[in-house]
Amino acid sequence: MRVFFALLFRNRLAGIGGVVLAIIVALVLLTPVLPLQNPDVTAMGDRFLRPLSPGHLLGTDALGRDLLSRLLWGTRLSLAVGFAAAVAAGLIGSAVGIIAGYAGGRIDNAIMRFVDMLMAFPYILLALAIVAALGPGLMNALIAVAAVNVPFFARNIRGITVGLASRDFIDAARLSGKGHVRIVLTELLPNVLPVIVIAMSTTIGWMILETAGLSFLGLGSQPPQADLGSMLGEARAAMISAPHTSVVPGVMIFLIVMSINLLGDGVRDALDPRLKSGALTRPMAATRVARRNVPEAQGSGLLQIDDLEAQFHVGRRVYRAVNGVSLSIAPGECVGLIGESGSGKSVTALSVMGLVASPPGVITGGAVRLADEDLIGAPYARLRALRGNKVAYVFQDPLSTLHPLYRVGDQLTEAITSHHRISAHEARERALKLLADVRIPNPAARLSAYPHELSGGMRQRIGIAMALANEPEVIIADEPTTALDVTVQAQVLALLDDLRRRKNVAIVFITHDFGIVGQLCDRVAVMYAGRIVEEGPTERVLSDPAHPYTRRLIACVPELGGGRRQLPAIPGLPPAVDQLPEGCAFAPRCDRATPDCAQGEIGLRGSLRKVRCIHPEAEVGA
Amino acid sequence: MGRYILRRLISAVPVLLGITVIVFLIMAMIPGDPAAAILGSYATPDNVARLNRELGLEGPLWQRYLLWLWHLLHGDLGRSYALNRPVLDEVLERFSATLVLAGASFILCAVFGILAGVVSAARQYGFADKAITFVVLIGISVPAFFLGMMMILLFAVDLRWLPVSGMYAIYGGGDLMDLLRHLIMPATALAAVATGVIARLTRGAMLEVLRQDYIRTARAKGVHERRVIWGHALRAAMVSVIPVLGIQAGFVLSGAVYIETVFQWPGIGRMLVDAILKRDIVLVQGGVVFVAACYVLFNIAVDVAQSLLDPRIKT
Amino acid sequence: MSVMLQTRDLSKSFPVGRRLLGAPRGFVHALRPTSITVEQGETLGIVGESGCGKSTLARMLVGLMPPSGGSIEIDGTALDRADPAVFGRMIQYVFQDPSGCLNPRQTIRQILDAPLRLLYRMDAPARAARIAELLDAVNLRAEFLDRYPHEFSGGQAQRIGIARALAAAPRILVLDEPVSALDVSVQAQVLNLLADLKAQLDLTYLFISHDLAVVEAVSDRIVVLYFGTVVESGPAERVFASPRHPYTKLLADSAPAVGRPLLKGAEGELPDPLNPPPGCAFASRCPAATEICRRDTPPLRIIDGDQFAACHHPLAP
Repeated sequence: MRVFFALLFRNRLAGIGGVVLAIIVALVLLTPVLPLQNPDVTAMGDRFLRPLSPGHLLGTDALGRDLLSRLLWGTRLSLAVGFAAAVAAGLIGSAVGIIAGYAGGRIDNAIMRFVDMLMAFPYILLALAIVAALGPGLMNALIAVAAVNVPFFARNIRGITVGLASRDFIDAARLSGKGHVRIVLTELLPNVLPVIVIAMSTTIGWMILETAGLSFLGLGSQPPQADLGSMLGEARAAMISAPHTSVVPGVMIFLIVMSINLLGDGVRDALDPRLKSGALTRPMAATRVARRNVPEAQGSGLLQIDDLEAQFHVGRRVYRAVNGVSLSIAPGECVGLIGESGSGKSVTALSVMGLVASPPGVITGGAVRLADEDLIGAPYARLRALRGNKVAYVFQDPLSTLHPLYRVGDQLTEAITSHHRISAHEARERALKLLADVRIPNPAARLSAYPHELSGGMRQRIGIAMALANEPEVIIADEPTTALDVTVQAQVLALLDDLRRRKNVAIVFITHDFGIVGQLCDRVAVMYAGRIVEEGPTERVLSDPAHPYTRRLIACVPELGGGRRQLPAIPGLPPAVDQLPEGCAFAPRCDRATPDCAQGEIGLRGSLRKVRCIHPEAEVGA
Repeated sequence: MGRYILRRLISAVPVLLGITVIVFLIMAMIPGDPAAAILGSYATPDNVARLNRELGLEGPLWQRYLLWLWHLLHGDLGRSYALNRPVLDEVLERFSATLVLAGASFILCAVFGILAGVVSAARQYGFADKAITFVVLIGISVPAFFLGMMMILLFAVDLRWLPVSGMYAIYGGGDLMDLLRHLIMPATALAAVATGVIARLTRGAMLEVLRQDYIRTARAKGVHERRVIWGHALRAAMVSVIPVLGIQAGFVLSGAVYIETVFQWPGIGRMLVDAILKRDIVLVQGGVVFVAACYVLFNIAVDVAQSLLDPRIKT
Repeated sequence: MSVMLQTRDLSKSFPVGRRLLGAPRGFVHALRPTSITVEQGETLGIVGESGCGKSTLARMLVGLMPPSGGSIEIDGTALDRADPAVFGRMIQYVFQDPSGCLNPRQTIRQILDAPLRLLYRMDAPARAARIAELLDAVNLRAEFLDRYPHEFSGGQAQRIGIARALAAAPRILVLDEPVSALDVSVQAQVLNLLADLKAQLDLTYLFISHDLAVVEAVSDRIVVLYFGTVVESGPAERVFASPRHPYTKLLADSAPAVGRPLLKGAEGELPDPLNPPPGCAFASRCPAATEICRRDTPPLRIIDGDQFAACHHPLAP
């Protein structure tokens, strides 16, 4: 609860809305005890007094009634009616939505058909029809506005419920012996409740507008009783001669609705967990760069990464995802980058072309040189010209990485036409050739397919074809086979290996699987907590690991043919990258660690083989 | 595609029938005797009975419904006693005026709402984003009828740039320019709320889409950022914007009721309110069914647009 | 040894193209009639790729999904109605996604409390004692009890998921890809924990995974599923070492392993489930397929002792 209010008021606009609303609510609560004139006493001699007239702070209306008094009493009425309508519509609609969403099947179908039917009316028609049937009056307007909004709640809440009802924890609850009523009340409701509160708080303003609207048309509150809407409606006749009688209630409606909207947005942001972590920011076209100096090149690779540092800045926290990674890739070479989740391997790879989502990502140091040209901090136009042209990417899940609404042929040709001016016909020819290259059967038909019409393996071949489109010098493959089945994975790996040899393209292959590295890569770099801890020729690293982490990681992965056995697990967890320990990040989990492992900077030693350890398992030589 | 449209049209039949049932039932709830209300002081028992027969108000509810539906299907919406003319004639005439107003408004809110939303998302937390967010907030908080009144005070009374109200000038008007001059204020006032809602939603949808992996893929291919935003991202965002356009069209149509009152626009909204106040039930019934049916057809068009955009929808 | 779990011709098919009235346009057979037997104290590994029916099988076994045909018998009791509350005391389920199976708005205590209260009607002190015992069994500290699921790492969340399943004191655990979502270093911790629990509590496991090496490392016997059918079954040490069904061999050869060259030349994917081919579903990808394979569905039969395969042309050892 404290967190909720802290979050709510961190949002300054919501705070302002809250204050304005609080003042208005306090005023209308106090209205009966304030020294106000009777709002309904007419005085024909005092008609249309301007604001600030003696005895009438806001002036008087067409019948000489005190506007301030009428305003406060009217606000009281409008607020009460709007709030009641929102609560009524919210409760009924949510109940209907939860029942439909959880029951599913026929019940859901029947309820939603009816709801759709109600939503087939422009909402005011239904409200007008209800008011026509019940007769004009504030209570009837309230009923009409609430009734009209029930379908909106029902549909919204049903959608959320359907999503929740298929989640594993509902099944887990059933296996724990919970019946339907218990599941709805103890499992679903607590998860739906924030959505209901959000929906209500964002619709109260709307409901106030609606009831005011009906009153404005003369269908709501009847004289002499007046809410804000009917005050406006009555004032309209004298709009030109005495504008203040219109402006006063109009501004009040505006203030109420705006403050409720501001507060409602604040409530939504505070209750929506996705916004809490600041996730709803859009990544910019290129990662933000904030580095102080440019390190010297430490090698002369085609792609040369030197002391790369990348961080995520979320609120006050700094997650140090990549901490000084250096890697050199020669033309035509295949280098594996291996590590567990959070080790920084993907961030390293995405930093090369400025594709780390930013915000929150920031490249805080280092250099990435492609043929001696530093790309960190290069202008966007330069990066764009190189992306997909000299350095291409293949990503993990081919369903989410291909655009669902474009045909694969168009996505493929776009990769070419983004860098080369060629005719549509020529682009199609090249796309066909690319599809043949990645061994897609019947390529001409596949060009006009959408991604969802293809299997996972076929989609990833499209991804590879897209990466090859401009004959790049380097392909960065970020776990390209992790989402695939094992037999399909074998096909895609064989394809990649074949292509890289035929086209002499360098590959940086990111994975967590030692088996794949062993089969595909010339060299391998092992990452842990944002650093490379070991690097060297694949066979030597795998057969004779020098870093304790590498050795133990290899040991705890079962290998086919090993038979039934106990696995030597690594105790503990990798460190959180927002609180990295001093010294070796693996030391707390390491059985060879000594006190000096947790002190100072431990460098990467060696030349052909490198290791970042002061008690290595094997000597790496100079 | 043709088959899809046909299927949607067929599936609209039960919805349309449901609408007639709902409207009929609501109207049947009206207490008192309509015939007596119509006849006023001429309401002798004989007269009332005769008029009830003429109005089809005899017999059980379902029979009355079927009779009404039968007439409806033959294009006979009954006769308005207050106006003493066929309901259909009146509805058609008034609805065409509303269509001009609501159509103009809908185009305004769709175009500006989407534009503002995209710019706002692309420049998140920048000046443009803040300015748009602020204007949008005002737009969705101000009642359309109040906005309309203030616009009249400013642009018609004070500045005298535009006519105060009506659809055409009483003397010498009647051409397109005249209509446009009369249309500017009501259409803008009517579009304000929907523009705000659409802009907010588009911004949210764009922010969601821009975080997707396929946007990163497009950037990794070297696609120009302008095309990433206005092509890849907007296209995907439209999948969630288009259904809201359909809903907002209903809101624009609804708001027209107020705006027509404020600007004396001779549309169907004003007609309905008058009919309710005069208890002209036949006219209310006919008007509501007619507009609802048009809205159903419009929503089919929205669905078709959605299926053209999104190949994952089975056609 | 006694039989702990037995299915007879258990099958599941889903209607597709459902119409408002009348029969659906067709059926997808997620699981064709399958008979498996699990001995008391055994770990049966079930492997297969996506779409092979392994999750469908698992969900039917715990009563979360009603079967379309066949029967399930656990510890001599026939379970003829899919009711998780009835199944729950005998057989429990550990989910793949460790955080998805925990209600984000309940504390760990509330999550562990429900099965004790509802399945066993235990009183409060007994529940508190049992919860402490459970937490200890999965190596978690007692102070975690009043925390919410989002405060845990994947490995910890999976331990809680296991504790929740154990709370019902079942005889059998169905482990549906229990370590697939975990990092390799954590994966080994959880696998070892499962092995310890099995020994301590005398449990029977059904271990479902797509990772052959993991399945081989934990199982006594292995069943290989392809396209909703058991294509091979046998002792763990023999199924991958000397596969008799060509699909099992393809699986084993496809698994990436250090020191083995990449598998070349194996193309082809799953058939279309809406339009399955006649005969053996693997025929189109099989190097040894002949006319009969494309015509007749091969039955599962004994090839060598306790090794079974559904193949017209089983491979030589």
